[in-house]
Amino acid sequence: MNVIVEGCPAYAYTGGQPFDPGKPAVVLVHGAASDHSLWHYPARYLAHHGFCVLAVDMPGHGRSPGTARTTVAELARWLDAFIAATGVAKARIAGHSLGSAVALELALRHPEHVSRLALLGTSAPMPVGEAFLAAAKDGSPAAFDMQATWGHARQCILAASPIPGLCLVGAGRQLIARTRPGVQYADLKACQDWVPDPAAIRALATPTLVVAGRRDQMTPMRAGRALATEIPGARFTALDAGHNLPVEAAREVAHALRAAFA
Amino acid sequence: MAHSPPKTPHPDTLAVHAGQSPDPATGARALPIYQTASFVLPDTDTAAALFNMELPGHVYSRLSNPTVAAFEERIAALEGGAGAIATASGQAALHLAIATLMGSGGHIVASASLYGGSHDLLHYTLPRFGIATTFVPPGDLSAWRAAVRPETRLLFGESVGNPSVEVLDIPAVAAIADENAIPLLVDATVTTPCLGRALDMGAHLVLHSATKFLSGHGVVIGGVLVDGGRFDWDRSGKFPTLTEPYDGFHGIVFSEESPVSAFLLRARREGLRDFGACMAPMTAFQILQGLETLHLRMPRHVATTAQVVSFLAGHEAVIRVHHPDREDHPGHTLARRLYPRGCSAILSFELKGGREAGRRFIDALTLFSHLANIGDAKSLVIHPASTTHHRMDDAALAAAGIAAGTVRLSIGLEHPDDLLEDLSRALRASQK
Repeated sequence: MNVIVEGCPAYAYTGGQPFDPGKPAVVLVHGAASDHSLWHYPARYLAHHGFCVLAVDMPGHGRSPGTARTTVAELARWLDAFIAATGVAKARIAGHSLGSAVALELALRHPEHVSRLALLGTSAPMPVGEAFLAAAKDGSPAAFDMQATWGHARQCILAASPIPGLCLVGAGRQLIARTRPGVQYADLKACQDWVPDPAAIRALATPTLVVAGRRDQMTPMRAGRALATEIPGARFTALDAGHNLPVEAAREVAHALRAAFA
Repeated sequence: MAHSPPKTPHPDTLAVHAGQSPDPATGARALPIYQTASFVLPDTDTAAALFNMELPGHVYSRLSNPTVAAFEERIAALEGGAGAIATASGQAALHLAIATLMGSGGHIVASASLYGGSHDLLHYTLPRFGIATTFVPPGDLSAWRAAVRPETRLLFGESVGNPSVEVLDIPAVAAIADENAIPLLVDATVTTPCLGRALDMGAHLVLHSATKFLSGHGVVIGGVLVDGGRFDWDRSGKFPTLTEPYDGFHGIVFSEESPVSAFLLRARREGLRDFGACMAPMTAFQILQGLETLHLRMPRHVATTAQVVSFLAGHEAVIRVHHPDREDHPGHTLARRLYPRGCSAILSFELKGGREAGRRFIDALTLFSHLANIGDAKSLVIHPASTTHHRMDDAALAAAGIAAGTVRLSIGLEHPDDLLEDLSRALRASQK
């Protein structure tokens, strides 16, 4: 479905079910140089298990036109506007990587709009390697390779894929490579520049689940665990996967989100 | 500023390991043959979710199977693709690609230099289902461009044609495909990802007869279709099967589900489901046994071929040898550019004495096996005009570069000296 946010169309995938604001709303927020299809399986699963799913494409990503925002704060403000534009008063929000920073920032700024929170492949702050950022800044295809390779468990190309017949690294790279020029860098720079407020995090009252990949090469599991210990009452789950949890552990993520958002 | 991509496994390593983990149930290091038609559904809720594509997993072996998936993921990794679908044969892979992209009213532009079975499908069979094909000389780029019509939905050629060993200028034909917002499908059976990756050259889809060099031992029939995941179906606007609601799966729009995997999703969820030309688990296992040594075998295949080509070219009984190693071959320069490690263990040649000399030559061979196949560890010989391409008329044969006396060889892994000795003796016999 499409809505108008800050004067520009914004797209969200509804998981194969029509948008139904009568059901509990779940907003799924993708990470850097990605789009709604990151959530393909979990989105369909939640949409067919009682939730109103909105897997959003952030501005300049996937099917949403517009200019990529350059800070987590701007993205959080946009996400808040997106949720308001759908008519949903309060949503369960799951974010992955950059999306987790955006979701957390929104919960910190507008807790009245966020009923529950799930942070996947997360870290606060969220530093980005210098070489990676430089390659993205130059628009080098090497930055696609870096994100595709480090964004999955080490040497996952040598292991059986959880999605039969799909080469996760190959498919992941193609999704990243589809990103419009400059968007990957804008996203990574937003991660790099994000300065979360530790005091606000320690005061967060939103029920939160943190999901980490035991073999995450970008936001190491210890970073997710550390964040979970800071958020009062947060639960922590580690899965046998790398950073790209909604794809690498689609089944486990679907089940975890269903349980966390029930 | 130059940026170095991260280190990733070499192709040789991918050929041995990609897509396969030690068996989670038993720890078996070799790939288990999951010889089962179906998979137990743990509860009704999970069953519904698996059928409705809410959770990934195996349901029924016509749609997916763990042994077959290992082969699919391995060839996808080797080709640099997003994913793959294994099929009952190379012919099934070609049909699956076409049926996923178009229906009645669709049109294909194809190289005139094709394997006879592919030519049969395009020229004789698909018109009955409303799909027409225009054949063009593979090296004539203006002919490719001129043949594209508003209803054209696919360009198709062989990386290296069989049997005339014509080399397809994949980057140039891919550019024509891009200009027209349609994909280029390349049959890379002869080259394999070991000698060159068609997706890297610009192709959008790749298929193989896995019967040939991928399995390498002539023991199975199988095929595979690889999607590069790069083609933008939405932007093209020419592929409603991928970009408009599909009644056969609750109105799903495949390009909305996944812009990268749309083609693979439809090909599996409709193509395998409804046409059913899936690969058997035992077949996948046998192909994988061969695939593990692809990077050892192919250099030997092409090195021995180079010796055979040189030998035949210098023999008084031979009029002409067709192989890109020859400087007089029209694809010589192109082959050096696209396939610097060699491009083909297939060659053809014309004997003095025409069809009768060809008959005597084939009958006199003892080490070469006379049969309709290529890409075996064993060296093979055939007379295309009377076998693999016998349904072609004279004009089509000429367009495919096949003369009445053309003999095709597929060079195997025997010692080169033994092969040359066999050829030498048979050539003498052919001229008596």
